[in-house]
Amino acid sequence: MIELANISKNFGKVQALQGVSLSAEAGSIHGIVGENGAGKSTLMKILTGFTSRSGGEILCRGKKISLDRPSDAMRFGIGMLYQEPLDFPQLSVLENFMAGEAAFAPGQARADLARLAAAFGFVFHPDNRVETLTVGERQQLELLRLIHGGARLLILDEPTTGISERQQEQLFAALRRLKADGAAILLVSHKLEEIDSLCDTVTVLRHGRVAAAMRCPFDRQALLQAMFDSLPERLSPPQTATGKEPVVEFDRVVVTVGRAGLHEATITVRTGEVVGLAGMDGSGQAVFLKIAGGFLPPESGQIRRFGRTLPNGCGCSRDVAFLPADRLAEGLLPGMTLREHHILAARGHIFLSAATGLAGSRRAIDDFNIKGHPETTAEELSGGNQQRLLLSLIPDEVRLILMENPTRGLDVQSADWTWQQLHRRKAEDGAIIFASPDLEEIMAQATRVVVFYDGRIILDTPTAATDYHEISRAITGEAGTTGPSDEVGRSGLLPD
Amino acid sequence: MDPATFLAALVAMAAPLVLAALGETLTEKAGVVNLSLDGTILLGAMTGFVVASVTQSLLLGFLAAGLTGCLVAALVAVIGVWLGQSQVAVGFALTFLCRDLAYFLGNPYARQQGPQLATLPVPLLADLPFFGTVFFTHSFIVYLSFLATPCCIYFLYHTRHGLTLRAAGENPEGCWARGIDPNTVRFLATLAGGAMAGLAGAAFSLAVKPGWGHPQGCEGIGWIALALVIFGSWHPLRVAAGAYFFGLLQLLGIAFQDSFPGIPGQIFQVAPFPLMIFTLILIHLSRNTKNRYFAGFVRLFGSPPPRGLGRPYRRP
Repeated sequence: MIELANISKNFGKVQALQGVSLSAEAGSIHGIVGENGAGKSTLMKILTGFTSRSGGEILCRGKKISLDRPSDAMRFGIGMLYQEPLDFPQLSVLENFMAGEAAFAPGQARADLARLAAAFGFVFHPDNRVETLTVGERQQLELLRLIHGGARLLILDEPTTGISERQQEQLFAALRRLKADGAAILLVSHKLEEIDSLCDTVTVLRHGRVAAAMRCPFDRQALLQAMFDSLPERLSPPQTATGKEPVVEFDRVVVTVGRAGLHEATITVRTGEVVGLAGMDGSGQAVFLKIAGGFLPPESGQIRRFGRTLPNGCGCSRDVAFLPADRLAEGLLPGMTLREHHILAARGHIFLSAATGLAGSRRAIDDFNIKGHPETTAEELSGGNQQRLLLSLIPDEVRLILMENPTRGLDVQSADWTWQQLHRRKAEDGAIIFASPDLEEIMAQATRVVVFYDGRIILDTPTAATDYHEISRAITGEAGTTGPSDEVGRSGLLPD
Repeated sequence: MDPATFLAALVAMAAPLVLAALGETLTEKAGVVNLSLDGTILLGAMTGFVVASVTQSLLLGFLAAGLTGCLVAALVAVIGVWLGQSQVAVGFALTFLCRDLAYFLGNPYARQQGPQLATLPVPLLADLPFFGTVFFTHSFIVYLSFLATPCCIYFLYHTRHGLTLRAAGENPEGCWARGIDPNTVRFLATLAGGAMAGLAGAAFSLAVKPGWGHPQGCEGIGWIALALVIFGSWHPLRVAAGAYFFGLLQLLGIAFQDSFPGIPGQIFQVAPFPLMIFTLILIHLSRNTKNRYFAGFVRLFGSPPPRGLGRPYRRP
């Protein structure tokens, strides 16, 4: 029904997609899988006209079409369920159902909504506000709206993240039914279970290119191999000098923020450990780090740092440092100079002169090899130098370092240098916890790997005792042998 | 003063405020804050008076005032919506620019005799006891202010375009995904709100406080209209009710001045501002309360602002 030919997209110098071709047939479900940053979401956004493409052609029933804006895509019957529902929380269910439709007929729309909801087994109160619904219900509403709007090609972006088991069953039943009715469905997912049970064909994206295209039944091993880069068998295994003293203890911690939240996370990180958190984006790693840092109170469960229970589960202290993924927005003050950053970090200065903090920032520039001078503003620095500046700002008494994507945007040398610094900083009585989309980095730097899947810890093992395949399987939803398998119990689909 | 005359004076006095506050409600429902309201009203008052004086046509005067409001709003919209710059900054600058422009350009016409809107008693209805005097013995602009509230409510909650407008104020990204350009919607809503503010200005200089001068007498009304939109928490009915309530306070101020000279009249003039702050506290409390009755009570008086208010939308 829709054919994509040689689609490419670049953001500035970064090539997000390169010559991607695929076709979606009426009456079939086509899966799109790939690692974080493989280009799945970008490709789908091009197909809905949300973003423009840099090259390539889109054919609809054999005719070339241009998709410059979402209204074009709607004309051709293309509708998308976004990962975060793009709806209007303060408007009613009925109003959300009607917004964007050509005709305004509340009575008719109310009847249509009731009819469609009954057909798919969904329950809606048309006058309730959407903000009172769960994510799963909002998604159901969006799905009905797209069908009502005449969508014949439905795109779903990670639709099962953060919805209940029952809602997932309802969604799958709805998709099978739509397929039988002749709709074309594109399912973006990283859960191989879903791909197995729903899809007729699958396209694997890796680094913005098509890595493989397969038909049902799928060979799991081949799929995994296409999704993830192959790695050198063994990298120099990091030292595993795990101490006895606990640094962070999570006891059945539950939160519901974000799409997946965190379900009953129980884990103890001890001194000397470097813990790498793996998983698809939004599977719970970021939330885990925020809780460990004391920026987010758990809704239930307990969290202890250095043996102390945090009051109200929240609170920052001078012995914990957090290096966020978005360095400029969350970590640094973009318009302020290096010297001013060091003055703020040092505390204790009340009156400032031109010389205040100068010595400190000069020393940091030398020690951390920052390409800049004391009067350079943080936003003028390159990504690598911003990370160096952040590292230089970590106070000496810090014993727990939390990081998101510590080497994102860094070249190989800077990344190596950063890790050298980090390993050196980590004293005998401290620990590092970092999340990274880069498995190679986790295997090379962490002494312990923790894999998150849908807000749960699905695998928790020393790096030396695991391998690359086990981790990539866990990322796609299959518990490994060494993981706390009693907690997951949804695996066993892989033919051994 | 008998009650009928008192109420008739009240609705006539509140008419421009109702128009301006409802106009701003439309603009803010679409997610744009037009802070230039006070200047717009003054410039509209001047333009309306001057054009009506020169052409001897009241209709042209009102048209010119509405158009002036549109033009000022267009500036806010171009900079605050299309260019995505701070709506507060541009609105604030325009408030003062428009005010001084109005005094400067209107100076030759200050304290001159000009045309004035005549009352148009509605045949038959005006003879009704009590209600006839209160509602049907006014000028056309007062009738317009009566119609404005139900029209606004009908437009916002019972038409497709009204739904689109609210959607643009709520979540512009969601609008874009549904094939609606939120910036076009916001642009038009800002123009409409500006036109109503311009009309409110002409309502002052051609009807409620006829004439032009320095001061004209409508200074500060724009700020009150802005406060009323918050006080009425973005619902036209509550906003209009707030406007009439303010009119009542003002009239009471005048009445009390004779009987209780001890109370300064300014107390009634500034009443909307503490009330506005009170509303904000109430909205906050309703969010954190566990008491369902209290939350329900507050919801009657207040609801949260449009989620996208003041946040420019840029196409991905």
